[in-house]
Amino acid sequence: MNQPFTHPYLPNTAPDVKQAMLDATGAASVAEFYADVPDELRLSRPLDLPAPFPAEQDLARHVRGLLAKNRSTEDRLSFLGHGTYQHYVPAVVDEVINRSEFLTAYAGEPYEDHGRFQALFQYQSLMAELLAMDVVNVPTYDGYQATATGLAMAGRITGRRRVLVASDVLPAKYSKVADFVRVHLDLEHVPTVNGTADAAAIAARLGADVAAVWFETPSATGAVETALRAISDLAHEAGAIVVVGTDPIGYGVLTPPAEQGADIVTGDIQSLGLHQWYGGAHGGFIAVADDPTFIMEMPSRLFGLATTDVPGEVGFGDVAYERTSFAQREEGKEWVGTAAALWGIAAGVYLALMGPQGMADLGELLLARPRYAQQRLAAIPGVVLADGALHLREFTVNVAGAGLTAEGVVEALRREGIEPGVVVGEHTLLVCVTELTSQADIDRLAASLAGLATAADASTTPVTTATILEEQNALVSDAVLPLAPELTQEQNA
Amino acid sequence: MSLPLAPKPAIRRFHQASWDEPVIFELSTPGERGVFVTPIEPGVRDAVGDVVAALPAGLRRATPPALPELGQMRVLKHYLRLSQENLGADLNVDIGQGTCTMKYSPKINDQLIGTPQLTAMHPLQDPADAQGVLEIVWSLERMLAEISGMDQVSLHTQGGSAAIWANIAMIRAYHEANGEGEQRREVITTIFSHPSNAAAAKAAGYEVITIFPDAEGYPDLAALKAALSPRTAAIMVTNPEDTGIYNPAIKQWVDAAHEVGALAAYDQANANGILGITRARDAGFDVCHFNLHKTFSTPHACGGPGAGANAVSAALAPFLPGPRVVREVAADGAVRFDLRDTDARSIGSVAPFHGVIPNIVRAYSWIMALGAEGLLAAAEIAVLNNNYLLAKVLEIPGASAPYAAGRRRIEQVRYSWQELFEDTGISSEEIGIRMTDFGMHYWTSHHPYVVPQPFTLEPTESYSKAEIDEYVAVLAEVAREARETPEVVRTAPHNQTVHHTHHDDLDDPERWAITWRAYQRKYFGAGTPASAAEPAETAA
Repeated sequence: MNQPFTHPYLPNTAPDVKQAMLDATGAASVAEFYADVPDELRLSRPLDLPAPFPAEQDLARHVRGLLAKNRSTEDRLSFLGHGTYQHYVPAVVDEVINRSEFLTAYAGEPYEDHGRFQALFQYQSLMAELLAMDVVNVPTYDGYQATATGLAMAGRITGRRRVLVASDVLPAKYSKVADFVRVHLDLEHVPTVNGTADAAAIAARLGADVAAVWFETPSATGAVETALRAISDLAHEAGAIVVVGTDPIGYGVLTPPAEQGADIVTGDIQSLGLHQWYGGAHGGFIAVADDPTFIMEMPSRLFGLATTDVPGEVGFGDVAYERTSFAQREEGKEWVGTAAALWGIAAGVYLALMGPQGMADLGELLLARPRYAQQRLAAIPGVVLADGALHLREFTVNVAGAGLTAEGVVEALRREGIEPGVVVGEHTLLVCVTELTSQADIDRLAASLAGLATAADASTTPVTTATILEEQNALVSDAVLPLAPELTQEQNA
Repeated sequence: MSLPLAPKPAIRRFHQASWDEPVIFELSTPGERGVFVTPIEPGVRDAVGDVVAALPAGLRRATPPALPELGQMRVLKHYLRLSQENLGADLNVDIGQGTCTMKYSPKINDQLIGTPQLTAMHPLQDPADAQGVLEIVWSLERMLAEISGMDQVSLHTQGGSAAIWANIAMIRAYHEANGEGEQRREVITTIFSHPSNAAAAKAAGYEVITIFPDAEGYPDLAALKAALSPRTAAIMVTNPEDTGIYNPAIKQWVDAAHEVGALAAYDQANANGILGITRARDAGFDVCHFNLHKTFSTPHACGGPGAGANAVSAALAPFLPGPRVVREVAADGAVRFDLRDTDARSIGSVAPFHGVIPNIVRAYSWIMALGAEGLLAAAEIAVLNNNYLLAKVLEIPGASAPYAAGRRRIEQVRYSWQELFEDTGISSEEIGIRMTDFGMHYWTSHHPYVVPQPFTLEPTESYSKAEIDEYVAVLAEVAREARETPEVVRTAPHNQTVHHTHHDDLDDPERWAITWRAYQRKYFGAGTPASAAEPAETAA
């Protein structure tokens, strides 16, 4: 029916136009343009792809049909976190980032793309206020990359190799960081105590060969680090740099790491106005002081204020562009490329909407509701909190005493339409509570779990402190240490 | 009687929006609110008390973050005005950003990804609840395997350079698994391959050797052979290169690499002209990557998120990032998609979860709108457009297309204004800035400028002949200005949101202002610098 082939996305398939363009080039056919492609490399058959849906309405029906097979966290009651978080996304955020002018722009000059430069400068500036640091990059890919780069920066600045890992780290993040830095740095995990850093053990391992002490706060279990200031002081005495991986969602009420001694603060912005998108909407930030020693080690673009030919007019441009691989290829710092700029604009809009009061209210809620959930779940016979740390948004519970396994809990509660959390140990569940999970939702989770606990034969598996500690340590991915096979399995989950 | 309409002039009378919008901090009015957070329930408060007051000393923020306070509509208006001061590909003839394939991103695909059935999906939900998205990931992997000829595909990476990193990380793991990690310390690339190939290889610990083209602009096979040795880990090359020249000896390049035990990695950022024409695996490559935001139409989003796709041969498949999406067929024929962990050979996680899902769905939808015939047509039209554009640009006095004289190009060309520069002193950068006055984007080249006074145009398949003609007419007009009224070009821009910007502010640590906070402190003495960098004295 469609011969010669035309398509709405391909205006110059219109036969007369195509012929006129061929004539202008002096070519008899399109084949002439491929003269440099040897015959032996030419594909001699059509690509074997599914039959297409050229009519837009048919395409829409097909894709919507596929997506209709999904059951989202709007259909289920979700307590899932572990790196991707469900937070409310204000409508204005989506309105702004869906604008064609932003969505389809790329690499324009600060003239025709003034808006992009200003929006990203504002993102940097809004994050800087939240983090109490003077310099924030245009977003890199995600929080994993941001922390990996932050540690690599510390290695380059100090010329040292050892990194003491002071916190429990998400296994996937640890995997990414370890592979990224391994030719330059050696990671050593210092086991946590009761969910947070073991200051004495870190002090004992600090030395003149330590490039960085790496904290995660909140940690992989949602524990907020309480000894950051004290350990930072020790690290600085040893000439080490303090690198923090964090989620900025709590800094409306919590003291930001920079005010507790952190030198390089990194993390993910998904919590700040980005949908969950099946884990597909992450952006990374790297924040440092306004110090060239640190800034000149950053690979990302940095947009700064600039003067113009008109006195008083605000322009923008790239700060210290010569650092980058765009300018210097392999002599630049790591590399820079297409990463997550639009997500940065989204996070900026989010922070502008929330303001100081919104971030304070949300920070308080992310302390209060998880605390309430901890109380409710720990009131179930046999269910205990896995540690006594202060938690933001996420915490772990151990269900061994209730005669349950974490997998068993997940399986059973999924049948009730509840995702109760992420399995992080045989008996340990990571539970995430946000502004989208209400008191009633938490009560429902507690009631369902209590029902399971009652049904189980609690007498068969008495819980011990050792069980809990063992599982707590298993939360950490020590990729550089020899791992038991079953542990490796778990970490890849 | 007729309406007094005059025909539009040949050159568009454009002016960029100029709202004179302050930096958002200047708009703050204490007490205004943009959005409320849902209140903490009384029952929760009763149970937990005042959690903020109960924070340990030192953990409770002493002063609130100095975020601006604005009403909701003011935030919206501010950002919409900024958006109007931005020239997206939907608004201009975006053929001036060569190497980046600024093709049309279909609007239907943006609509499709906006459903809560995608936006509200958590990656650790029961896979039974994620069958739709998993099927799309799996299907797109298979499509890209067919398009590249490779065996397995991962969609985990968030951009082209991230995919380049995954390429070199897999290559590194492969050689280490074969006991050759210590021996193979060098990576060879070409100067007309994207800089991230060199930069990512360096970041992975390799020495980088860069091959320059021969006199005709073709990648120099003799130079490659001289550089290859048992120390070579891989070649990492683009083809066609950023000149739009296809390396006819690409198979010999790959074979030569294999002869010394090296792997061959193919940066397919420039794949748009060869879809359905020739495939990476058929030339012998071991690994390649695509940029879904280039060849497969996902929007460029001001610089991301894009999406990368790594495609590998069976020998490299065990090293792919994980977890993998698998398709299982039960005895009764029921199809189920699931997630499977990779084993210890995998490079592990390269990013959170499963990649840039919204762009994976967009790319899937783009392919499903075109099919095999449409992909081939897109490639052929992109190449036709490019060779048409080449013929038109060469008609402009002072413009040239260095290398491969008289030969055809694939999907883009790196041109030169060297002759115009010699005649007028007007540089390619100056021409680019003047182009913006006509609502056109224009880009020079990656660094270093091997082609003098470079500019790189890639028309893709998306722009009509009339639009290409319009772009060329503006190029010719600016070249004419360079000769006749050079001051107009030199003092550009004239029709933009802001005027000519001074770059010396941006390279001086005493003056640069990377955030509003730093600007206030440096220029007005406000506040104090946070987190003084105590360990700086340890700098090596």
